[in-house]
Amino acid sequence: MAGLATAFGSGAMTNSMDDIAANAQAMFVIGSNTTEQHPVFGTMIRRAVRQRGVKLIVADPRRIDLVDFAVLHLQQKPGTDIALLNGLMYIILEKGWEDKEFIAARTEGFEAFKETVMRYPPEKVSEITGVPVEKLYQAAEIMGTVKPMAVMWAMGITQHIIGTQNVLNLANLQMLLGNMGVPGGGTNPLRGQNNVQGACDLGGLPNVYPAYQKVTSEEARKKFEAAWGVPLAPHVGMTVTEMMPGILEGKIHALYILGEDPIMSDPHTEHIRECLEQVDFLLLQEIFPSETSHYADILLPGATFAEKTGTFTNTERRVQMVHQAIEPPGEARPDWWITMELAKRLLEGRVLAPDAPYASWEYSSTRDIMKEINALAPSYGGITHERLEAGERLQWPCPDENHPGTPILHVGKFARGLGKFHPIEHIPPAEEPTDDYPFVMSTGRVLYHWHGGEMTRRAKGIMQVYGQALIEINPEDAERLGLDGGKRVRVTSRRGSIEAEAWVTERVPPGMVYANFHFPDASANELTQAVLDPVAKIPEYKVTAVKVEVVGETAGATRSKV
Amino acid sequence: MISITLNGQKIEAREGQTILEVAREHGIRIPTLCYHKDLSPTGNCRICVVEVKGARFLQAACVTQVWDGMEIETHSEKAVASRKRTLSLMLANHPPDCLTCDASGSCELQDLAYEYQVEVPAWGAKGTRYPVDSDPNPFIRVDMNKCILCRRCVLACAEIQVRDVWGVAKRGFEEVIVAGAGTTMLEARCESCGQCVAYCPTGALTNKMSYGLGRAHQIEKVTTTCGYCGVGCQFDLQVRDGRIIGVASNPNAPVNGMALCVKGRYGWDYIHHPDRLTKPMVRRYLLEGKEKPKTPLSERSASALWEWVETDWDTALGLAAQRLGRAREAHGPDSVGVLTSAKCLNEENYLMNKFARQVIGTNNIDHCARL
Ligand code: SF4
Ligand code: SF4
Ligand code: SF4
Repeated sequence: MAGLATAFGSGAMTNSMDDIAANAQAMFVIGSNTTEQHPVFGTMIRRAVRQRGVKLIVADPRRIDLVDFAVLHLQQKPGTDIALLNGLMYIILEKGWEDKEFIAARTEGFEAFKETVMRYPPEKVSEITGVPVEKLYQAAEIMGTVKPMAVMWAMGITQHIIGTQNVLNLANLQMLLGNMGVPGGGTNPLRGQNNVQGACDLGGLPNVYPAYQKVTSEEARKKFEAAWGVPLAPHVGMTVTEMMPGILEGKIHALYILGEDPIMSDPHTEHIRECLEQVDFLLLQEIFPSETSHYADILLPGATFAEKTGTFTNTERRVQMVHQAIEPPGEARPDWWITMELAKRLLEGRVLAPDAPYASWEYSSTRDIMKEINALAPSYGGITHERLEAGERLQWPCPDENHPGTPILHVGKFARGLGKFHPIEHIPPAEEPTDDYPFVMSTGRVLYHWHGGEMTRRAKGIMQVYGQALIEINPEDAERLGLDGGKRVRVTSRRGSIEAEAWVTERVPPGMVYANFHFPDASANELTQAVLDPVAKIPEYKVTAVKVEVVGETAGATRSKV
Repeated sequence: MISITLNGQKIEAREGQTILEVAREHGIRIPTLCYHKDLSPTGNCRICVVEVKGARFLQAACVTQVWDGMEIETHSEKAVASRKRTLSLMLANHPPDCLTCDASGSCELQDLAYEYQVEVPAWGAKGTRYPVDSDPNPFIRVDMNKCILCRRCVLACAEIQVRDVWGVAKRGFEEVIVAGAGTTMLEARCESCGQCVAYCPTGALTNKMSYGLGRAHQIEKVTTTCGYCGVGCQFDLQVRDGRIIGVASNPNAPVNGMALCVKGRYGWDYIHHPDRLTKPMVRRYLLEGKEKPKTPLSERSASALWEWVETDWDTALGLAAQRLGRAREAHGPDSVGVLTSAKCLNEENYLMNKFARQVIGTNNIDHCARL
């Protein structure tokens, strides 16, 4: 979460889910369809509303399930979150609801920020976002007067070209209201996959070593060179969204992919196919012959979570044990074992500094690996398998064996010292509807499926309930297009087209369609574009201009090139 | 603090506590059926009744608050007789199916019948009153013949899942639990979370996917963390003969308690799917030591050099190391890219990071967090 790190010095969810559920008096959910993407937390929010009377504000272009529980639904046009937030903060400032004490004592950059916000009066904001002025006032009043308020968001905020700015503006909002470092408040990005947080924490990013130690910091580099016994690259590496085109540019020649399916999860599928077809060597470690496996040169059988022991870190920085319940099938092996064996073979004949304590790849279990993490990643310093097995509940930062962990971040002081306000201007999305492509398409997940669908499409009951891709379309649009019951639609963007059954529903407003990327036959990523947020390098999935045509009742989804 | 007498012993209690809470704190077990600590107490099953001195009727311990000077007998003759009568009435309406029931061994009604030695009365209704497996929900098996009308499912859906699928229809002998206005569960907007199953004390609601695969004493439980989303729910994998046969809530789970969603509770059968990769595989051209043929993707399936060949680990790892090493030698460490996985363990992600940076010498490592 690049934005939060810039504002506060640390990019993770600041509060815990149980804390929010128990202590928030108001909740602001923006760009998160929580009950479908993070279902159990979604039910915790529903419970808080029903049982404690928490005031819930939902900002989402779609009429998502949580709207039924909200006191207010702000149905902003896709890609106008910044204007919406600036408009709300304008009213908060106008009414004097800001937390002056907090701003003076714990933040900097307020004046420049205020100057920008004051250029967003409610009438202008209403015009940009489509949210009525009156609703803006109602929302601002709840935010300004009901404390503490917790803010939650997910990919609906980050998957835009201006995703990082969106996040910075949510940080602005919570500093303005003084909702940081307190129970029931905070900025809370909900991480998608089960261990995205852990993958980021442990160095699965091109710019940082484990625990966010920068690869460009000489001190950090020296530390890891001494630990691992080799000289290390001093420059930032490539992101996944740069590596793929890097293949065609002759920069990337070989790929080692663990359990990822770029064909299904990356934008503009057709382009990814071309890239993977060209790469000199693709090593893929997977549990299923995924869409990406067609491009692989070697396919190594890994293990599911039920077949190995170790840890995951959830969205609230909580590290928890995963226990092996069964043996992997056939010759399949735990993924750590495979990586270890591969490393040993590549290191054969190479000389590593003999006194480097962690140069070796001799591990007998993930417990050994965790000991190395404890030594090298300060925020994980005290998180051991032994403590977790003894039933301790640990959230990082947890620097040493006696530290109890940290349920709430930034209490009394931000990780970077003072919290920093950033003036953020509205920028329209890269692709806006035109006469030829009059609809806005947004993409995401549904409750019953998961990501590229490799696992859930192989779960029988789940396929009985939700067995094919559905395109959500508003009844008004459906009527105009002459779409009635059970018909299929073709959705076409400048990059490709897909066909699938239409689901006529009030969930989407007129002028918008919603598609998912769980089914290879009709994956929304055939249509999305590889326009990236310049800082976080996250593709713009939430706004694609498309046209929609009725194709009749043909069976079976199909895919075609434009 | 107030003082009460519990089974002849003077003890201290806090104002507002129920008899049940005080008794449990003091290690006295009052049996319950409709009561569950996560749900609002209703006092409707009458199993937890106790004798309170001076009261005309037996009191339901789960809803009755203690008062100063209260004298309680939890297992008086009258209380025990009443429980037996209640159980007898429940069993009269319950098919004596324990031999074939999935819930046998984890059924709270069965446990109480055993504890109080109550048999199915000879005059009991034996036939099935409702269709067995009556709902098409693919995850939840409904057999209302076994329902004891405790309403835990109603409360679990309303208070934990906040979905209000289950309700009570009709009265008296006809009283029955129904989804929505007598529709199917999914039509009543069920999210298939299985909370109602987890709280049901009998075999009325069970897990379809696990049905017939094993009963409590045959199952090994392994506590673990969900592999789907970032909420990080914990649960118990149920294992029998080396296979996963189900998922059960673990009440001690830090984030979620008993709650799970459809993916966590019912999305596990992919683990044993026949599509699983079980052997390392390499393209034939690699085994023959050839360069990668420039065959377009559409023609690869017809090309012998592109055929997948199953090999042993040593061969596959050796070839993988050789080709990665070659790219690194020929084009430099930054010509290699590593994609680690947000589905894999922390320890595995650390190793992928070490692999890219130490072994290859590049910072080209990423995963799909941005996607
Ligand atoms: S499965 Fe969940 S949503 Fe469906 S009826 Fe049971 S508790 Fe309610
Ligand atoms: S279905 Fe189960 S939980 Fe629901 S009332 Fe009947 S016995 Fe109780
Ligand atoms: S059970 Fe559902 S909500 Fe919980 S971690 Fe798994 S997928 Fe997420």
